Amino acid sequence: MNALKTFGRFWYDFIVGDDWKLAVGAVLTVSLTFFLTHHDVNAWWLAPIAVAALLGISLAHASSRATSR
Amino acid sequence: MAHDVFIVLAAFLACSVEMVEALTIVLAVGVTRGWRSAIIGTIAALSGLAVVVAALGPALSVIPIDSLRLVVGTLLLIFGLQWLRKAILRASGFKAVHDEDAIFEEERQAALAAGRADRDGIDWYAFTVSFKGVFLEGLEVAFIVITVGSAQHNVALAAVGAFIALVVVLAVGLVVHRPLSRVPENTMKFGVGVMLTTFGIFWASEGAGVEWPGGDIALLAVLVYVLGMAVGLTAALRARHARVTAELTVAAG
Repeated sequence: MNALKTFGRFWYDFIVGDDWKLAVGAVLTVSLTFFLTHHDVNAWWLAPIAVAALLGISLAHASSRATSR
Repeated sequence: MAHDVFIVLAAFLACSVEMVEALTIVLAVGVTRGWRSAIIGTIAALSGLAVVVAALGPALSVIPIDSLRLVVGTLLLIFGLQWLRKAILRASGFKAVHDEDAIFEEERQAALAAGRADRDGIDWYAFTVSFKGVFLEGLEVAFIVITVGSAQHNVALAAVGAFIALVVVLAVGLVVHRPLSRVPENTMKFGVGVMLTTFGIFWASEGAGVEWPGGDIALLAVLVYVLGMAVGLTAALRARHARVTAELTVAAG
C-alpha cells in the first residue's frame, strides 16, 4: 500500500507539479477549445488568453503566500 | 524547419538543466566514495532512460497525429506552465534559486556519513544515489523528448538535442570536476518553460481542431506572445518583491 502511495505521489508530483490548479486549468482550456471548434468556432485565441490568466493567478497566489509567511 | 529547430533547442535546454543537477549528485558521490560505482550507476540510469525513449517513442508514432497532439499538447502545456511558474518565482525573488554548491556539499556530507555496503566490488550507496539522481532528473527529459518529438512524429530529432546536451554537460563536468554552479540554470529553465508552453498551446489547440491563422508560422507568433507574457509577469513580480522587501525593512527599522 505504501509503495502504491509513493508511486502515485511520484506521478502526481511529476505531471501535476506544485500547483494543481494550473493542470486543471490547462485541461479545461483544451476541452473548451475542442468543444468550440466542433461547434464551428475557430477558437485559436482561447489557449493564449487562458494561459496568461492561469499563470497570472497562480503567480499572484504564490507570491501572496510567500509574503504572508 | 522552425519547428525542428525549436524541438532540438527545447530538448537540449531541458536536458542541460536536468543533467547539471544530476551531475552535482554524481560528482558529490564520486569525489567522496570513489568513481567506479558512481559511474556504473550513471550508465545504468542512462541506459534505463534510453530504453524508456526507445520503447515509448515508436509506440506513440502509430497514434493518429491529431489525437496525439491533443494529448501531448495538453501535457506539454501543463509541464511548460509548471516550469515557467517556478522560473518566474525564482527570477523575481519569491523562491530560492537552485544552489548547486550547497546541494553538492549536502550530498557530500550524506555520502561521507553513510556506511559502506560493498558487494561484488560495488559500493551500493554510490551506485544507488547516482542511479536515482540521474534517472529521476532524466525522466522528465525523457518525457519531454517523447512528447515534443512525437507531436512532430520525430522523436529521434528531440533525442539528438538531449544527447548533445548530455555529452556537453558530461564533458564540462569531467574537465572542471566541480558542480556547474555558474550555469544560468534559472534562465535556461525559463527558456524551456517558454518553449514547452508555446508547443503546448500550439499543438493542443491544433489537436482540438483549431486552424491557426497563417498556418505553421503562427508558432513563432505564439512564441513571441508567451515570451512577452512571461517577461511581463516576471517584471511585475520583481516590482512586487521589491515593494514588499522595502516595506519589511521600514517596519523592522
